[in-house]
Amino acid sequence: MSERFVRALERITRIGGVQGAMLVAADDGLIIADASMEGVRGNAVAALAASLAKRFTRVSKAATVGAPRFLHLQAEQGTLIVVAALGGVLVVTMGGADMNVGLARLEMLRVAEVVA
Amino acid sequence: MADDIDVMMAELARDATSLVFLDLGEALRRRGRLEAAVRVALTGLEQHPNLLDAHDLYARVLADVGDFKRAREVWSSILTRDPRHLGALKGLGFLFFWSGDLDSALDHLETALATDPTDQSVVQALMTVRAAAQEAPVSDADGPDPVFAGLDGAERGILLVDERGRILGGRLQSVVGADVSDRVAAYLAGAVREADRTARLLDLGAWQSIVAEGEGGNVHVSAPTPESLLLIVRDRGVPAGRLSMLAQRAAQAARCWLEEQQL
Repeated sequence: MSERFVRALERITRIGGVQGAMLVAADDGLIIADASMEGVRGNAVAALAASLAKRFTRVSKAATVGAPRFLHLQAEQGTLIVVAALGGVLVVTMGGADMNVGLARLEMLRVAEVVA
Repeated sequence: MADDIDVMMAELARDATSLVFLDLGEALRRRGRLEAAVRVALTGLEQHPNLLDAHDLYARVLADVGDFKRAREVWSSILTRDPRHLGALKGLGFLFFWSGDLDSALDHLETALATDPTDQSVVQALMTVRAAAQEAPVSDADGPDPVFAGLDGAERGILLVDERGRILGGRLQSVVGADVSDRVAAYLAGAVREADRTARLLDLGAWQSIVAEGEGGNVHVSAPTPESLLLIVRDRGVPAGRLSMLAQRAAQAARCWLEEQQL
């Protein structure tokens, strides 16, 4: 099962600028499957992405637009994207500032479908 | 109770390595005998320096005597070794609640509940914190907004807050017209602190913007100045590029208004 997920994640990591992609449990921020490059601190990425998603879920719900299905943190030197899949699973992708966000998003949605 | 304490003290006197010090310390602090509780906790820590429950007992006593800073340090240290330690999660949850950081309080108490769904003290605490979050005062502002006047959606979909979540300008309305500005502002500062922490720890540099797309609309967050946060909400039909442009215009308006306030 995990191998199937990793293969799906590798479609994301082939996109230019992507440093890592993983499936993360939304409730505790633990990695379910990981396809990150060497040097990417997967555990930290997973935990922080899950925590960030939780925080912005509160903001979005308070704004009455519902829980976010797509979350995009843009920083000076990099990008973190979180897509919510079914079953409390998050698809998380981290990359450089040059990452093709649109393409990454498409592939992440495909992975979310595989998870479902 | 006093008899119990005597019995436990006797047992601890017989065997200094006994784990009864955990119950004894707790019994003493519940009776308000805090000096004795501190002694018991410290003695227990000497015997069992790696026992997290001993550190938890010490933190509870520290909180009882009003040393919240050290209590927080001890509980935080416990969580670095066991992120699901129930006592530390509860302790930090209470500390955050009393300091007014409802978002962090919810984080810790929700994790505590996931760790032990049967713990009634956590259930009660969560109800209290959630009620406090719901009871944020409702804004009674009316008329044109002084910060974003003239911008599309200024009266219902733009909010400017300071870094502590206090509203500076703008207003947010739900789809049925209810004012949700205070509720959103209460969560926003904590969420952005988390984004800042995430960007720093992952070596992404300073955060620039956050976009969250929900079923009922999209949220765009940016920081017009280091001391302010700007949140824009639009329905899902508004393209990301247009939302970003609107955010830039609103940020410019916010900077101008903030500068005027300082003159």
